[in-house]
Amino acid sequence: MSAVQAEALRKTFGNVTAVEDLSFAIEHGELFGCIGPDGAGKTTLFRMLTSLLVPDAGSATVMGCDTVRDYKQLRRRIGYMPGRFSLYQDLTIEENLAFFASIFGTTVEKNYEMIADIYRQIEPFKKRRAGQLSGGMKQKLALSCALIHKPDILFLDEPTTGVDAVSRREFWEMLRRLKEGGMTIVVSTPYMDEAGKCDRIALMQKGHILGIDTPDNITGSYARPLLDMRGADVYRLILALREFPHTHSVFAFGESVHYTDSRSSADPEALAVFLRSRGFANITIEPIRASVEDSFMELLEQHDG
Amino acid sequence: MRTILFILQKEFLQIFRNRAMLPLIFVMPFVQLVILSNAATFDMKNVRLYVIDLDHSAESRRLVSEYTASGYFRTVGVSHSEKQGLESISNGAAHGFLQIPNGFGRDIATTGVAKVQLVIDAVDGYAAGLIQSYTADIISSYGEDIALEIGRFPDTSRQGIRVSSAYWYNPELDYRTFMVPGILVLLVTLIGFFLSGMNVVREKELGTIEQLNVTPIRKYQFIAGKLLPFLVIGLGELALGLTLGRVLYGTPILGSLLLVFGVATVYLVAVLGLGLLISTVTDTQQQAMFISWFFMVIFMLMSGLFTPIDSMPGWAQKLTLFNPIAYFIAIIRQVLLKGSGFADIQQPFWSLCAFASIMLTLAVFRYRKTTG
Repeated sequence: MSAVQAEALRKTFGNVTAVEDLSFAIEHGELFGCIGPDGAGKTTLFRMLTSLLVPDAGSATVMGCDTVRDYKQLRRRIGYMPGRFSLYQDLTIEENLAFFASIFGTTVEKNYEMIADIYRQIEPFKKRRAGQLSGGMKQKLALSCALIHKPDILFLDEPTTGVDAVSRREFWEMLRRLKEGGMTIVVSTPYMDEAGKCDRIALMQKGHILGIDTPDNITGSYARPLLDMRGADVYRLILALREFPHTHSVFAFGESVHYTDSRSSADPEALAVFLRSRGFANITIEPIRASVEDSFMELLEQHDG
Repeated sequence: MRTILFILQKEFLQIFRNRAMLPLIFVMPFVQLVILSNAATFDMKNVRLYVIDLDHSAESRRLVSEYTASGYFRTVGVSHSEKQGLESISNGAAHGFLQIPNGFGRDIATTGVAKVQLVIDAVDGYAAGLIQSYTADIISSYGEDIALEIGRFPDTSRQGIRVSSAYWYNPELDYRTFMVPGILVLLVTLIGFFLSGMNVVREKELGTIEQLNVTPIRKYQFIAGKLLPFLVIGLGELALGLTLGRVLYGTPILGSLLLVFGVATVYLVAVLGLGLLISTVTDTQQQAMFISWFFMVIFMLMSGLFTPIDSMPGWAQKLTLFNPIAYFIAIIRQVLLKGSGFADIQQPFWSLCAFASIMLTLAVFRYRKTTG
């Protein structure tokens, strides 16, 4: 049986459907990423899988426990790190850790090797109150607290949101090592560039899963020719490209513009000519491989269309 | 059981770490006792009196000096004009005016019967009533003195019945004796009602409750962990308050202290339960504070602390049957001032027990680790 098995999970708040009939499976030992923008339903999904929220329809099992019926056993076996820092800010690092260990009926000493790798980095500051820690340190403490009772599966809701780039990289490194130790990890993130760190990802939008596969397969199945264009005025460039007869889609992508052609192969030369006629002199055009974000935009278009 | 201990340990750690809260918890009883028991008096000193003496006789001057010598009244103006007297009331300079008509002294000497007029500002009906009763005392004692001196006896004393009163349990009618036990109840209520409820809502606001909810903590363990620390603090507060009342005001402690603390424990469970119940139906400290104050004000004003429950209209008296503060004030006054034993306070005690168990059951029932 899979580590997580969801069958037609649904949750509505008033007239907003946060999660709509989601079915998927996560395998044991997998590092699984739920990727999507704010409001995609990631947190709602996590809260249902961790037994904090009762689904309106459908069911899910986590580590063989039904999230509604067997919630008591389930809560002993999962580690959950909510999106918002949820530890006691007026308690110190070691007090927080000791408290969460004790309510699971264990001690920090007994399970030290479980968290050693992460906890060692913040241990020198263990007398410091959680409220006074930096974002990266808070995150390490929260992960330690979620791990202290030796869970079988970890749910991390947007752990890298609001954390600096160096800490983010470190954090994914920690997850990688945990996974190598055999832990099943389900993580959500709004950052598409973090998708590549996962074994498999689910691209989510408005309560739906647009696609679910390994990151390579998701980007590999991108069918259209993709061009990266760099020019002076991104906004005017987009407006001009929309008037090109073979344009399929145009998106701003950081400093550059990603263009897809409606034909099976693009013609960069014709495009350059077209753009020059519109007064764009120094545009570099380069064919590129699709990123997860390109795939996401494409899947979104297919889904909406 | 061990889990409850761990939760308690955490709660106490947090309470004692809260630098702003801790002194408040222990300084508050002192300040409240000193301020309230001195300020909330039923006596009225310094009634401002405007005097219109149209007689200027020895008798009229003596009447005025009886007023000022009583200690309750203070003359704020003298004239011959009734208009000025009325003005002094309407502009708030005086609480009332005393008008002694021309011929007052002569009437006493010749007929033994004379009239004076007292006009009182009755916007505050309670104060007006007090002034009136002070006046009645002054005039009747003045009348008796005069009657003795001139050898005439007013009609009333001829009936031969004299009423003399003895005040039981509070012989000197010291309002502090009456107020201190009530204020102690207020103190314990503040701790129980506000601290516990706010504590849970704070965990909601900070999101820490989310992390607790995914742990195997049971409902009753969580509630017990939130209830017990404030129960202990509340009882400590009561002990401190009782000691202060005893030392500062000599508050009598006639009954059993064990009984007082026993009832206080039940009472605290009742208000803590209500506080926790409020916290389960609110999401922010602001909401919880607002609802708590709503109950607090109603409970307090209808508790018999300031105005006797017996003087309330019938429907209001029925409402106080649901007021835990009223029960506890009645019990603590009985036990401290009258030395009542358990048998005497059974009825309100069982009512408190019922209230406590209902509140606690509702709080445990309403607290959800999962949202629907």
